[in-house]
Amino acid sequence: MSTATGKPPSAYQTDALIAADIDAYLLQHQHKSLLRFITCGSVDDGKSTLIGRLLYDSKMIFEDQLAALEADSKKVGTQGQEIDFALLVDGLAAEREQGITIDVAYRFFATEKRKFIVADTPGHEQYTRNMVTGASTADLAIILIDARKGVLTQTRRHSYLAHLIGIRNLVLAVNKMDLIGYDQGRYQAIVEDYRAFATSIGITDFTPMPISGFKGDNITANSPNMPWYTGVPLMAHLETVELDTTLDQAKPFRLPVQWVNRPNLDFRGFSGLIASGSIKPGDAVRVLPGGKTSTVTRIVTFDGDLDQAVAGQSITLCFADEIDCSRGDVITQAEAPTQVADQFEATLVWMNDEALVPGRPYWLKIGTQTVTARVQAPEYQININTLEHLAAKTLELNAIGVVKLATERAIPFEPYADHHALGGFILIDKFSNATVAAGMLNFSLRRAQNVHWQALEVTRERRAELKHQKPAVLWFTGLSGSGKSTIANLVEKKLAHVGKHTFLLDGDNVRHGLNKDLGFTQADRIENIRRIGEVARLMTDAGLIVLTAFISPFRAERDLVRSMIPDGEFIEIFIDTPLAEAEKRDVKGLYKKARAGELPNFTGIDSPYEAPENAEIRIDTTAMSAEQAADLIVGSLLDA
Amino acid sequence: MSSPVATPAVPVILTHLQRLESESIHIIREVVAEAEKPVMLYSVGKDSAVMLHLARKAFFPSPPPFPLMHVDTTWKFKAMYALRDQMARESGMELLVYQNPEAKAKGINPFDHGSLHTDLWKTEGLKQALDLHKFDVAFGGARRDEEKSRAKERIFSFRSASHRWDGKSQRPELWNLYNARKAKGESIRVFPISNWTELDIWQYIHLENIPIVPLYMAAERPTVERDGLILMVDDERFRLNPGEQPVMRSIRFRTLGCYPLTGAVESTADTLPRVIQEMLLTTTSERQGRAIDHDQSASMEKKKQEGYF
Repeated sequence: MSTATGKPPSAYQTDALIAADIDAYLLQHQHKSLLRFITCGSVDDGKSTLIGRLLYDSKMIFEDQLAALEADSKKVGTQGQEIDFALLVDGLAAEREQGITIDVAYRFFATEKRKFIVADTPGHEQYTRNMVTGASTADLAIILIDARKGVLTQTRRHSYLAHLIGIRNLVLAVNKMDLIGYDQGRYQAIVEDYRAFATSIGITDFTPMPISGFKGDNITANSPNMPWYTGVPLMAHLETVELDTTLDQAKPFRLPVQWVNRPNLDFRGFSGLIASGSIKPGDAVRVLPGGKTSTVTRIVTFDGDLDQAVAGQSITLCFADEIDCSRGDVITQAEAPTQVADQFEATLVWMNDEALVPGRPYWLKIGTQTVTARVQAPEYQININTLEHLAAKTLELNAIGVVKLATERAIPFEPYADHHALGGFILIDKFSNATVAAGMLNFSLRRAQNVHWQALEVTRERRAELKHQKPAVLWFTGLSGSGKSTIANLVEKKLAHVGKHTFLLDGDNVRHGLNKDLGFTQADRIENIRRIGEVARLMTDAGLIVLTAFISPFRAERDLVRSMIPDGEFIEIFIDTPLAEAEKRDVKGLYKKARAGELPNFTGIDSPYEAPENAEIRIDTTAMSAEQAADLIVGSLLDA
Repeated sequence: MSSPVATPAVPVILTHLQRLESESIHIIREVVAEAEKPVMLYSVGKDSAVMLHLARKAFFPSPPPFPLMHVDTTWKFKAMYALRDQMARESGMELLVYQNPEAKAKGINPFDHGSLHTDLWKTEGLKQALDLHKFDVAFGGARRDEEKSRAKERIFSFRSASHRWDGKSQRPELWNLYNARKAKGESIRVFPISNWTELDIWQYIHLENIPIVPLYMAAERPTVERDGLILMVDDERFRLNPGEQPVMRSIRFRTLGCYPLTGAVESTADTLPRVIQEMLLTTTSERQGRAIDHDQSASMEKKKQEGYF
């Protein structure tokens, strides 16, 4: 039996050429292509051993590392006197103890034909999040199975996730064949078992392979221990499998615009990474969502203009016409544009400790554009072990669910299944700025591109002009009893006095009318604020100066409204009264009730107040009277 | 969709270097599109040389719309200062040089102060420089293949207002969608050449004729040997021990830093292909020449948490 822990087989011995003719070697190596893949399995399946073996056999391990590895293998290795390849890539236990989140580690190796980037996703915890992250950039996934155990729940989970994220090339690596005596029958039974499962979840094709990462069987060369295996060894498969970027060239041209390059009046170029297709000077293009068309005149690069550019290249395009085109737009082949829509069904993978809040606005980043999006409560959640559909009100960390979502404006897109770059997105929390979810657009819910907004001839600018004022939302926030309503009332009077058109929205008139169907659950609170924001926005469209007086204790809520109002028109006014002072005043006797436990969730008592950090105006009521405060606010508004 | 699709007659297979180049350019453009005030940290080494070259490609025909910043320790090789000034001129970019005034006043140097030297000039200097100019995103030339602890580093690495790296709050990076949003005071270090290996860097420099510091190529240079490191006597500030005499050796450097801290290797590789040849045939990993990493195995991790690149 051959143990390949010594010198790698000659196919991967490049030393000779390096020493004899470095120029020839360099020439060969500069034409290598690039394959990114992910290995799925736990430590028990021999994942780290396999990766270590690939690094070792492709000579990516330096002698000093090898010496350390040999020493470590004897000290802590699990393989007796033999080299424990797992030690090369592990060493993550200490990090785990430190509480550092390791979602994906990337390893590199190369053969004569290809360079490889391996996404290695350690650990069982956070597995969904880690694997989805690693898989999002992979062309291929290796699903590892321990030949002694066969298809397990985790095999199904890995396969489902790889399929969900759209990896076309799956390798079923039945590992540890040495431990079952290279038994062909057992191998074939595992493959058939897997095939039945794979077919049931829509995987139509996969490449099975019997290997031993530890012994090196069927890694770089066909193993003499398994003459019955007629396929290619793993490395040869990795070197020849077709790349996604090559296939992407056959799709219609798509370029999400990253940057408008305008060094002077004579040059206007649109820069980006080509997501699919190819482009030549003279090609007709359409810019979405606007829909204007033009013709490509030049493909500009630092190395000179190109005759053609293809998917995977970062380039700059110039057009024959001066058409509207900016960051976030998608340049498409004129006769094959993408769809444009604002409501979608999507699959979400939740990646944050804070669960999905349906109705809350999140940033959605897709391609090069970022828009506000709201997600409805999930249609269902998917149990990734049983693949059952479960009812769910939200999505917690590592949950996968199907949802409906709406973007605040229509965006060009393609279903993720057809096009990863134009259908894959992330959701960003507007308050914490964390990336909270990865998502895949499945389809648009209605033909939003056929719905046109009524073109309004009397614009909001015209309405404001008629009133000789600049519309604004004066958002008063502060504790109960801080003096918000008192000061807001004074401000409105003073504005009316100088001929300004205003409207004061207060808690009572809104809660009794527009929002009387809402209670005080978190979802209802968000909806309450959202409606107030929408009303305030409509009123600013009408040209009014809107004043609102709500405690609005949470930053995320206030930022939500800020994001709905045109830039510069949302003025946050923090009525800063210390809790002790507000409680001392206790105009409505509410603090007394709250202290007595009669008013649960009372802001300042048993529910937090998040003070604004960057309020446009801060009023310290212990340092000035309500009258002085109102003068200050009116003054700063009229000066602006 | 049944519309006609213009497919190249023969699919174009992009090489790994073309793919890496495109990815890096994409990352650099995303930063410029989303950051308020980006800066490129330029250390004059080979990785910096590649990063600068990629930035010039990303915005051609415009110059890159951000300055270069060199956090200087005053102890770099003379040849590094020369190339730095030359590249700033050629790229048309503004060059900011920052030297920590405290380190300067105290005369901190690599001979007397050991790791304090790196700490004050580099780590503290970098924080001060970023705060002074209020840069919110800084490009750095680190690679994931350099060291085990880098393998898991994100391309966008978030730092608190005090510049600390927090392993717990790093964001998942999916597809090529980078989340550059942050609160006031927070900053991001971005590593556009994360996925390049040492060999990729050398091959790219060779293919693209990127100017690099001549010290990477072998030549006869005055040296002394200390604690197993061959050090180059680059100027008169080098303190010779009693009886120590500089010896001419044919040497080159695999990495460049402060000259009294950077070990050379004996070599006759005086052309780039020969350097690559030597690199491929040698058997020690890259950072061995740098005194900083020998301290302790987790030293990189610790340095990173403190704000070192």
